[in-house]
Amino acid sequence: MKQVVAILTVVAVIALIWYAACVPMNIKGVLSELERGGAEVQPPTASARRDLGEFGLVVNNTFAIPAAWEKKKPRLPSPHQVVIELWETTVEKKITSKRSLIYHGWVTLSATMLGFVIGTGLGILLAVGIVHSRVMDLSVMPWAIVSQTIPIIALAPMIIVVLYSVGVQGIIPKAIISAYLSFFPVVVGMVKGLRSPDAMQLDLLQTYNASRSQGFWKLRLPASMPYLFTSLKIGIAASLVGAIVGELPTGAVAGLGARLLAGSYYGQTVQIWSALFAAAILAACLVGLLGLVERMVLKRMGMAQ
Amino acid sequence: MMLVIFALLLWAFGWWLNSRLASGPQADSRIVRFLAPVIFGLTVVGAWELLVRGLEVPLVILPAPSAIALRFAGSLDILWADFVQTILKGALSGYVIGCGSAFLMAIAVDRWDFLRLGLLPVGNFVAALPIVGTAPILVMWFGFDWHSKAAVVVVMVFFPMLVNTVAGLREATAMQRDLMETYAATYWQSFVKLRLPAAMPFIFNGLKISTTLALIGAIVAEFFGSPIVGMGFRISTSVGQLSLDMVWAEIVVAALAGTAFYGLVAGIEKVVTFWHPSQRG
Repeated sequence: MKQVVAILTVVAVIALIWYAACVPMNIKGVLSELERGGAEVQPPTASARRDLGEFGLVVNNTFAIPAAWEKKKPRLPSPHQVVIELWETTVEKKITSKRSLIYHGWVTLSATMLGFVIGTGLGILLAVGIVHSRVMDLSVMPWAIVSQTIPIIALAPMIIVVLYSVGVQGIIPKAIISAYLSFFPVVVGMVKGLRSPDAMQLDLLQTYNASRSQGFWKLRLPASMPYLFTSLKIGIAASLVGAIVGELPTGAVAGLGARLLAGSYYGQTVQIWSALFAAAILAACLVGLLGLVERMVLKRMGMAQ
Repeated sequence: MMLVIFALLLWAFGWWLNSRLASGPQADSRIVRFLAPVIFGLTVVGAWELLVRGLEVPLVILPAPSAIALRFAGSLDILWADFVQTILKGALSGYVIGCGSAFLMAIAVDRWDFLRLGLLPVGNFVAALPIVGTAPILVMWFGFDWHSKAAVVVVMVFFPMLVNTVAGLREATAMQRDLMETYAATYWQSFVKLRLPAAMPFIFNGLKISTTLALIGAIVAEFFGSPIVGMGFRISTSVGQLSLDMVWAEIVVAALAGTAFYGLVAGIEKVVTFWHPSQRG
């Protein structure tokens, strides 16, 4: 209960700071618009306003503050503008419409999920290989670790263009980037998990005369589940980032990344912010969903605390 | 066709060499641990070169490693300018500001329980979000030059660093805190002498995660607008001109910079947390 109060307070403070920041951020544009509309603005000339600075303008023109929260194409949209835009583009638009965020979110989500499934599948396979083959462990594992320190996302534009030049387009290139980004965290986490049974437990299986595959299915795989879920959560967040960045070089056709890029081309800040929040909500839902599955699975396995 | 067969032979030879090393008597020695990944890497590069030449893969799909190396050596000045713009100016300044402010914030969060209860779940939540998306907004606010890239990096590294540092500052056990209390240590004494050292493994964990995030933020922010220098700019324009050898050269620079940056932080960690079990043995 106390925690809920604390979280709500922090969120409320953030919203307050946000509203407060809107005023100096937008005041210049608002005053120009008001002046063109015939209102008295202090100081009256544009050059004098430029010299005064944002805070001076706010102090001199307190009447303009409400307008700063309602400005069209603001530098910083106020929270309710973003919420209204989110509502209008998700609930009030038909989902087949090109302006519906659900449509764009779905485009991004499908690429994310496809890439995530491919990436984690291959990652788990490689991890199994690494744990069972000494050669792979020695030669591949160091590269998997090093690759985590590399900004792989820099490859994204190239992958898109290369695949386009061989005739592959649509969801696949984005899914490949997503898969690539979720692949390495899963490999590293899964190797850790498959190695997590201690010598005592492995010895016990030996005394049962268990075969290697029995040892894998009955001890190593179950023991790796907590590690797997931790890396899955990192992997799906990385997948989403990959899908969004993968949408940038395609020339802003569809998807949340395309909304971001189109918004930044045309100065549609409210659109950028709403796309950003849609991406945030999507990420939170995906990670939350995985957390839920994790809790259920670990509970069934008797591993949850 | 010959070259393709050569590539397959080279692959088989590399694998055979590594399996000999791995099952040999020296399998756990440091030399083998160092040699095996090197042999694997060289095999991959060699097979790549031979396959590209043998199958005559066009440059726009996959340039051969030798072409990338030539381009790398031939455009060192451009690559250096991009490195300075993106890594030194954008990523590094953002990294220092972001990690520093997150550290200070973490001290405040740790001091007031209410902040910890409220801010930590929010921070954990934000740390999982695709923060790269703020890049277009920050580019709009701070202009095309490196300032906006540093701002993106600040936003990206802030929350992972905050969450890790707060977790670290709670690491000292009740027993240890009580001991400091019996010494009549002030808050800052016990902070500097007990809780900060105990937090160091967590702080370095946050710092290490942030190195990669910083590079990602600086490069991706340049896709949204940049001056005519910078790694992200070069990658996106070179892709447009289909000069993929230049793109690969930039990726090599990014990989080297990322590894070196991470290695530097890991090296400092080794010196600072020499006492921690993970650093011994």
